[in-house]
Amino acid sequence: MKQVFCRPKSMTKNIFHYCAGCGHSIVHRLIAEVIDELGIRGIAIGVPPAGCAVLAYNYLDIDMIEAQHGRGPATATGVKRVLPDRVVFSYQGDGDLAAIGTAESFHAANRGENITVIFINNAVYGMTGGQMAPTSILGQRTTTSPAGRAALLDGHPVRVSEIFSQLPGTAYIERCMVNSPAAILKTRKAIRKAFQCQIDGRGFSLVEILSPCPTNWKMTPIDSCRWIDEVMCKEFPLGVMKDVPAVEQNEGG
Amino acid sequence: MTKVLMQGNKVIAEAAIRAGCRFYAGYPITPQNEIPEYMAERLRQVEGGVFVQSESEVAAIHMVIGASAAGARSMTSSSGPGISIKQEGISSMAACQLPAVIVNMMRGGPGLGNISPSQGDYFQATRGGGHGDYRTIVLGPASAQELADLTMDAFDLADRYRTPVMILADGMMGQMMEPVVFKEPEPRAYPEGLIMKGAGAGKRKIIRGLILDPLALEEHNWMLDRKYRTIARQETRCELFRTEDAELILVAYGTAARIAKGAIKRLRDAGIRAGLFRPISLWPFPTNEVRDLATRIENFLVFEMSTGQMVEDVRLAIQGEARIGFFGRPGGVVPTPVELANVVMRRYDRERGITECC
Repeated sequence: MKQVFCRPKSMTKNIFHYCAGCGHSIVHRLIAEVIDELGIRGIAIGVPPAGCAVLAYNYLDIDMIEAQHGRGPATATGVKRVLPDRVVFSYQGDGDLAAIGTAESFHAANRGENITVIFINNAVYGMTGGQMAPTSILGQRTTTSPAGRAALLDGHPVRVSEIFSQLPGTAYIERCMVNSPAAILKTRKAIRKAFQCQIDGRGFSLVEILSPCPTNWKMTPIDSCRWIDEVMCKEFPLGVMKDVPAVEQNEGG
Repeated sequence: MTKVLMQGNKVIAEAAIRAGCRFYAGYPITPQNEIPEYMAERLRQVEGGVFVQSESEVAAIHMVIGASAAGARSMTSSSGPGISIKQEGISSMAACQLPAVIVNMMRGGPGLGNISPSQGDYFQATRGGGHGDYRTIVLGPASAQELADLTMDAFDLADRYRTPVMILADGMMGQMMEPVVFKEPEPRAYPEGLIMKGAGAGKRKIIRGLILDPLALEEHNWMLDRKYRTIARQETRCELFRTEDAELILVAYGTAARIAKGAIKRLRDAGIRAGLFRPISLWPFPTNEVRDLATRIENFLVFEMSTGQMVEDVRLAIQGEARIGFFGRPGGVVPTPVELANVVMRRYDRERGITECC
């Protein structure tokens, strides 16, 4: 009998602590699958964030070093500069990347650090209980925007992929989502391309993933998937934002 | 061994390179800018050298964390305001048991303060500085030669105890030039097994300070505490200067200790037998050494370029066994030896002893 599905080698046997319908466990699995596929388990070093995914090392069976909130790209920079032939990635949420760690993320991108950022955008602070995030949608009710996010008071949702695409240092940026089997397969391809981009030495790669947080959105998992389609995708359009060929990226070297 | 004339900041940088430092990240701030500048040039020349001008102090310290975990001897440097924002990372390094050297060329504070030499960061440096139950080894050099020697030693101590080590000097130390002989560095003895470089075919590593189970975190805290107690037993350093026949001991570190030595010469000329107790390790503080002096000498005057911080450690050490006076010049003021000698003469006579404050 032919085995067509199994646990990726780069995953532990631990049971996910994530809530039902959460996107983190899907993305963790995709990362593990890609690491297996590229055969880079032995040279991969991950930098998990503060937040729900702080325990990513319980699931990804690779070397991992935690970062303080928002500092993942700085820590990853230190690792990668010392060990340029390793595959180094940070895993960051929206508060991590687009609020407290904006500077570290922006400048790692601008330096063209040859690292990969997996960016989970679920429009809310998950672990702390559903506060407004920099990517919360206008009108979105959260525990700290009880009347809904108001542009005049709270500013606008931050479009990380669009902004980072403007930086000459970035090589590959794609926004995808994990709310359907087809979308998940697309995300898997994007993660693979991002890691390959790093392996090819092309510079900074980032995959933004619109990801459900049913618990804090106060929705069922099914409604959460629908909300991504109907609301989040309008604010955060999907697609490849940037894919610079190796030659062009290295010009001016 | 050739003797070279060098500026203090450059001495630190050159000593770091010779000690095998191969990663530096930092952000410009006066009065230590010659350190990143020198490192930028030297790390270009040495094999495996990496220099990153970071976007912020907080980014610099977290780059150092990554580089240290990846096995490079790593350093960052700054001055007061920048050291304040590095504390997040220093606390992390203590928790994760990662070695690195952090240089603080102190300037006047609090807040932006000014850029003159000061010693107001003693509490921050010796009490941990960041959040949580931890200590940082703190060394207080008082000459260019010590900047060289202690910087090299700092890397060895950081490795031996897997903990961040701070060089606590000031703008005066950083800017002045003195002759220096660089000693031969010890070969690095950091276990290969601690370095994170990808799991290879074997078992993977996790470096973390997050320990959610309170009992497990308590055990981690006690484990760190045992390490700090070992350091406190084994790593105190101090200098005793003309204490054998002394009736009065000045206690001072760094630049203040140099001023004190000048004052002692003048006091002795005036018939007061003054000596100096100079802590070199500020944490661990040489408690036993200063207590020993207090068993036979009754008068101490602590002199700091601050409103009085180290004086608390002196009081804790002496525990009421001797009279302790304090003289301070905070805010970036550097008094002369004559001024300090005059203060002592005004406040000390053999009958009454030292008055505690002015």
